[in-house]
Amino acid sequence: MTTRTVQVTATHLPPASAGAFRDARRRERRTLAVLVVVAAAVLVGFCTIGLVGNWEYALGIRLRKVATMIVVGYAIACSSVIFQTVTGNRILTPGIMGFDALFVLIQTLIVFFSSGLALTAADPRLLFAGQVVTMVVFASALYRWLFGRRSRDLYVLVLAGVIFGTLFSSLSSLASRLINPNDFVVLQDTLFASFNQVDPGLLLLSVLLMPAMTAWAARLFARLDVVALGRDHAIGLGVDHSSVVNQALVAIAVLVSVSTALVGPITFLGLLVANLARQLTGTYRHRVLVPAAGLVSVIVLLGGQLVLEQVFSLNTALSVIINFAGGVYFIALLVRESRR
Amino acid sequence: MIQIDHVTKRYGETTVVDDVCLSIPKGGVTSIIGANGAGKSTLLSIVSRLLPSDSGSVTVDGLDVATTPSGKLARRLAVLRQENHMSVRLTVRELVAFGRFPHSGGRLTSHDLDLVDEAIGYFELTDLADRHLDQLSGGQRQRAYVAMVLCQDTDYVLLDEPLNNLDMRHSVQMMRRLRRMADEFAKTVVLVVHDINFASCHSDTIVAMKNGKVIAQGDTAAMMSPDVLREVYDLDIDVHDLSGHRIGVYFS
Ligand SMILES: Nc1ncnc2c1ncn2[C@@H]1O[C@H](COP(=O)(O)OP(=O)(O)OP(=O)(O)O)[C@@H](O)[C@H]1O
Ligand SMILES: [Mg+2]
Repeated sequence: MTTRTVQVTATHLPPASAGAFRDARRRERRTLAVLVVVAAAVLVGFCTIGLVGNWEYALGIRLRKVATMIVVGYAIACSSVIFQTVTGNRILTPGIMGFDALFVLIQTLIVFFSSGLALTAADPRLLFAGQVVTMVVFASALYRWLFGRRSRDLYVLVLAGVIFGTLFSSLSSLASRLINPNDFVVLQDTLFASFNQVDPGLLLLSVLLMPAMTAWAARLFARLDVVALGRDHAIGLGVDHSSVVNQALVAIAVLVSVSTALVGPITFLGLLVANLARQLTGTYRHRVLVPAAGLVSVIVLLGGQLVLEQVFSLNTALSVIINFAGGVYFIALLVRESRR
Repeated sequence: MIQIDHVTKRYGETTVVDDVCLSIPKGGVTSIIGANGAGKSTLLSIVSRLLPSDSGSVTVDGLDVATTPSGKLARRLAVLRQENHMSVRLTVRELVAFGRFPHSGGRLTSHDLDLVDEAIGYFELTDLADRHLDQLSGGQRQRAYVAMVLCQDTDYVLLDEPLNNLDMRHSVQMMRRLRRMADEFAKTVVLVVHDINFASCHSDTIVAMKNGKVIAQGDTAAMMSPDVLREVYDLDIDVHDLSGHRIGVYFS
């Protein structure tokens, strides 16, 4: 194979790209550093501000909340960025396409069908593993069904997402009404999860699962950069497009499972943080985008909760506020897209 | 050599590529001509493994494009499609650098950077290199995409209407570059062109398609005849010898 260049004498210029790329990398590093500092500040603030009484006990509770928010924030951010890349779209996220509602449905149906089998008394971590595997299978099927054909209309996809989300939630609530009361108690614990009420066993499992998931996703980052150019360019540049998409879908399904199992659906957080990260870093590189989105996510969650609790002394669920802000942003994006 | 063997592609009832057999020798410039909807882009997509064929096979240097790992093929064959759209926002420089991905996997060496700079310079994109693609004119964007594909520096280059949106000067520059790649670096260039005179002046071989079939192929001088062109385009075209080239006149 030849690797020679076609030499051009007339328009030969001193190499400029080396410098341009070096500057770009420097800007990315600076943005990441700022985000790390802000996240650290919010974290310290969250752990220390207004700590009264038995501070050891209170700090323990807060640290558990912090761990939950970091895991959930990162899971949502990473899955949303990758999902947008794979679908070639900046408006759709797993939350908007009903993936977390799908996970809740799977949770409910597993309890529903396993009643009588005494499965509900089984190790919750085993149950979670079963849910995740089911989620991977069904989320991939849903993705293929929605995005299988080339170039689907954006509005059809958004509509499909809304319909599926609603359908899955209605089915979940229907099934949960049919469940016998003993099993319902089990289900209730998992379904009404929030940042204030997290299963410690599940949290530990998730904290352990996170580095593995990060490593699994990080392997794909360079190829995802190319996948973002679209299927044909990616194949032309030698990326096995369908293999990368499949692996990305597994990662997305597991990450959505983790975050939904811990705190329930937060539909619009992913959209918010993925786009904020794109705007702040101005890069297409997943090596930067994913950590940046994760940091923004942690800042939004920890900072939001801090402001809610300390400034407004509100006990409203943070997810309500995030969904409100994210929902408004979502509509703004849709309107802007329709004007183009 | 590119060997196309009984390739067929159907959409529902309509056959858009109909049992095509064609071999394109290594080295040289081959132009594919034909009317809108003749199946040129479809054939090129199948050869470059962007589209699966319904039957038949394509090999490049003996490698079956349907089964060879994509990464291996990308170091041997580069492709530009007729339409290019991206949802991700890139600068010209970033786009062109993607052409090096098959070789460097995203970590650019100084050799890669030299190639990127050279391509940007050749296509007169230096002043635009740090602009985003959506801030360029159609022809500027087309040049950026071609620069990316040529940056891949492969033995085989397939280009679907590379002259799209280009002004006359940039069209000529593009064709000269392709010519030189074939002459000096023994590359195999296959392109789809609508302007038969560009095909005539710069290619060694012309392949004519109509209704999904290859209806004629041969060296440029033989293909540039009124009879062949009438058959291909259903149009009367006068062919004149002008400054050493066969030029078709079809404007009135
Ligand atoms: N996805 C598709 N579904 C159905 N028909 C298709 C599809 N893609 C292409 N075709 C049809 O296949 C035929 C060949 O298309 P192709 O794009 O290969 O033509 P072409 O020779 O490149 O034309 P042009 O010069 O306009 O680019 C056309 O009649 C087109 O309508
Ligand atoms: Mg075409």
